[in-house]
Formats: sequence, C-alpha cells, structure tokens
Amino acid sequence: MNRVAVIGLGLTKFGEMWDSSFTRLFVEAGAAAVEDAGMDGKDIGAIYIGNMSGGRFIDQEHISSLIADRAGLNPISSTRVEAACASGGLAVRQAIMAINSGMHDIVVAGGVEKMTDVLTEKTTQTLATASDTEWEAFLGMTFPGLYAMMARRHMYEYGTTREQLAMVSVKNHRNAMDNPYAQYHTEITVEQVINSPLVADPLRLLDCSPITDGAACVILASEKKAKDFVDNPVYITGSGQASSTISLHSREKITTVDATVNAAEEAYKRAKKDAKDIQVAEVHDAFTIGEIVAIEGLGFFEKGKGGIATEEGLTERGGKIPVNTSGGLKAKGHPVGATGVAQVVEIALQLRGEAGKRQVDADIGLTHNVGGSGGTAVVHILEK
Amino acid sequence: MSIPRFWRNIKSRYDLIGKQCKSCKSIYFPPRNFCPKCRRIGELEDYKLKGKGEVVTYTIIRTPPDGFDMVSPYIMGIVELEEGPMLTTQIVDADVNEIYIGMPVERVFRKIGEDGDAGLIYYGYKFRPAPKEE
Ligand SMILES: [Zn+2]
Repeated sequence: MNRVAVIGLGLTKFGEMWDSSFTRLFVEAGAAAVEDAGMDGKDIGAIYIGNMSGGRFIDQEHISSLIADRAGLNPISSTRVEAACASGGLAVRQAIMAINSGMHDIVVAGGVEKMTDVLTEKTTQTLATASDTEWEAFLGMTFPGLYAMMARRHMYEYGTTREQLAMVSVKNHRNAMDNPYAQYHTEITVEQVINSPLVADPLRLLDCSPITDGAACVILASEKKAKDFVDNPVYITGSGQASSTISLHSREKITTVDATVNAAEEAYKRAKKDAKDIQVAEVHDAFTIGEIVAIEGLGFFEKGKGGIATEEGLTERGGKIPVNTSGGLKAKGHPVGATGVAQVVEIALQLRGEAGKRQVDADIGLTHNVGGSGGTAVVHILEK
Repeated sequence: MSIPRFWRNIKSRYDLIGKQCKSCKSIYFPPRNFCPKCRRIGELEDYKLKGKGEVVTYTIIRTPPDGFDMVSPYIMGIVELEEGPMLTTQIVDADVNEIYIGMPVERVFRKIGEDGDAGLIYYGYKFRPAPKEE
C-alpha cells in the first residue's frame, strides 16, 4: 500500500455526555478535525463512519445519510461500516483503501457512539450482540463473560495472576489522568480493582471498560495532496484486518485472538516493520485480559508473558513499550464505534509530539482494535 | 428469540445434533451449513453427539442478561466434547466453588428461558458434572 497522511485530528470529550446528541458528537469531532487540518470541507472526497449500533442505541439506522446531512457534507459519498467494537478501525481502513485505489485524495474516517440514551440493560444486551446471538448470548452468556473465560484459561495455562490483570487497569487509569478527553480522571489501586464487585469471575467491575458517549475523526490524504495542507504529517504506513470465528468456543485456542495475530502480520508486512520496531501502542483493553492477550498477539511479548510484562512495568510510560497512553478503553472510555478512530488520534498526537503531559518518545506507533471477542481485528501502523 | 428462529435449530438444541462433513469428516457443533475446510455446500450430514466432554474454561455470571436474573449467579463454560467440537453452555448441578478446568461433564435437557411471563418456554442443552469414566 502507499502510505497515507493523517492531516486532521478531532475528538470529543468521552463520557456520559447527556447534553450531546449523536449528531452533535459527530459534528464536534469532525469540525475539530477539519480545523486541525486547516482545510475547507469542500476538499473532502468521501466519508466513512464507524458505528456499532445506532439502531439499538438511538433507534436510528441510515447513519451515513444522517452524518453527511448534519455535517453539511452533501452530496459526497458517505458510508457506514460496522464490526461491533472494531467499527472505527474499519472506517480508518476503508478510508485508506479509498485513497489507495486512487478514487479520492482526501477522505474522512470517523466513529461515533451514543450509548447512554438507553438504560444500562439495553446497552449490555446490545454489546452482547457482538457475540454469537444463537449459540452464546441466547444460552445466558454475556460479553464480560466471554473475556472472563479467556482470563480464566490464561491464568490456568500461563499462571497469569489476578493482580496482573488489575495492574492493566491501574496503569490505564494513571495514564488517563493526563488526558483531558478521558472519561475518568481517578487513580485506582490494585486493591480497589480486586475488591470491586464481581461481574463474571474472575473479572470485576474495574476490569471492564465503561459505557461511553463520544466521537473521533481523522482526515486522511494521499501523500501528494497532504502537502497542500501540512508540512510534516504523520503517515499510516501499514494496515491489516482479519476475521475469525464469531464465537469464542470455535477458536483454535481460547487464549489467542488469532484475528489479532493475522491482522498484525498483514500490517507489519505492509509497513515493512516488525513488532520490535513499535515504540508506542493503543490496544483494545475492553477488559483487562484483552490488553494482556493483545500485547502477546501483536508480538510485543512472548505468548503467556503479557501478565508478567505488565507487572514489570514494561507497558508503562517510560517502559519498553508504552501501551494505552491515552488511558485506553478502560479509562479514556469506550464509545464502541469511535474507539478505533480515537486510537489513531492518540498515536498521531504522540508522533507529532502533541500529547502533553502523557507524551512519550516515539517515531513509530500502532493501533489495535477488536470486534466482539475477536471475530474481527484491525491493526494500523503510524510513522513520523 | 423468535419462534421460527428457535425451531430451526431444535434438533441441535434438544438432541445435540451437529454436522459432519462427508469429505473431510470434520464434526461441527453448533451445526454449520458449509464446511470451512472444504468450502463445499451440501456435503454435511447430521451427526449425533454423545454429550460427554470436559470443561475447557468457565466463568460465573453475576450480572445476568434479561431473563436470567432468577438463576444468577450461574456457571457458564466452554465444554470440549469427546468428538472434538467445543460449545458454550450453562453448567448446572455444580457449586460455584466446585467447578474446575478439566472437570468431566455430561449433557442434560433443561429449560433455557422463556419469552415473557406467558410466552414460549425454550428448552435445550446444559451440562452437569459427570463421573469420570475408567
Ligand atoms: Zn470438510
């Protein structure tokens, strides 16, 4: 693939945004991205939107039209893409492909989710639709339950400890302290995590990402066109996406998200990079075990060593490879359709040197977005 | 779940009927219409599973979805059947402190849920601890 420039970044505050509607969230992130790029909306050729479930969360389908309309972007083409929690990552990838095909020079990739307009039970049920409705959810399985089974097996096979899981959460909350867009600005301790209410053993409330409203937007451009707007853009040099079985029970191995391994392999190959070249990463920590399985699957650490690596501080800012400097899904928040785009925003900020107090020293970064329990994974590699 | 949608899989839900691929002999449960290994349609036939297996992993659901409040907390697990396939199931007749990875289990026929107070009652498979076979 040809590398694609990231010329504009936009985010809303993440959290329970009761004052903001679905469209207001998206327009706010989009306007911020356009302003960041120093461009005019008329240069945009197409738009891709990641959104998991407008239908269930706000009783609205046809999100593509709604967004183009409210953002004043008619008549350009607008397309919604969906892969549960990986919808945002897919939107970014579709935008890259639209540019690489030569069809468009400038494309918007956005993501948005409004999750707090419905009661918590409805939100929980909606998230469960990311699993196999007939052969998992119908039988009483929940979304946290799937990750809990992954955690239980990981502890059994590799000796990962309850404390190590908690340390993922503690680190991500600490990182979020320095992210003004994050949902939580509260430090937590290992003791608080392991004493929080059980959700699905061994996972507890503070192992789980929250319910979040939010939107994120990036403006991508061909390398040639990017020069009209910015002098030194960061580039997306690699993109990978892979599919696996929707149900956890049909996987080869419960403790490996093979879609992550395959998506990473494709992204590394396209970027001509290796796991050891990555200096900062945003990974999909919808649940604490998710981060441990991710840092193994992406090749940062040997299989089974994700827990001990976390305990040794290797994923902290200043560690071997800082992971989730934004606060991750756990503490920054997880507006499902927006997450994959927000991850790209964070890595781009880090590479530009604009990450404020959470800044780390990095020239190459990676984003990793997962749908469901691992039926879909998307990986992007960004470089200065 | 709608009645036709439930009915369509009733053989599998009631009697643990999976599918076997005629060409590569792979056994699938839940049933598939298509063998992902051979990628040929129409080559799968019914295959009755014995309903014996082992717990691969498990969790205890403390925040149940709608309709499962009455039984909460309850054990959910992934069971690997003797014939090879793995499935997700509730594990019953076991104490939450008693369950372990590797526990031998066997299929039982139980109520899964119901559609509202006066609605259809859904039955299907669950698993319970089984005596270890010699
Ligand atoms: Zn076959």
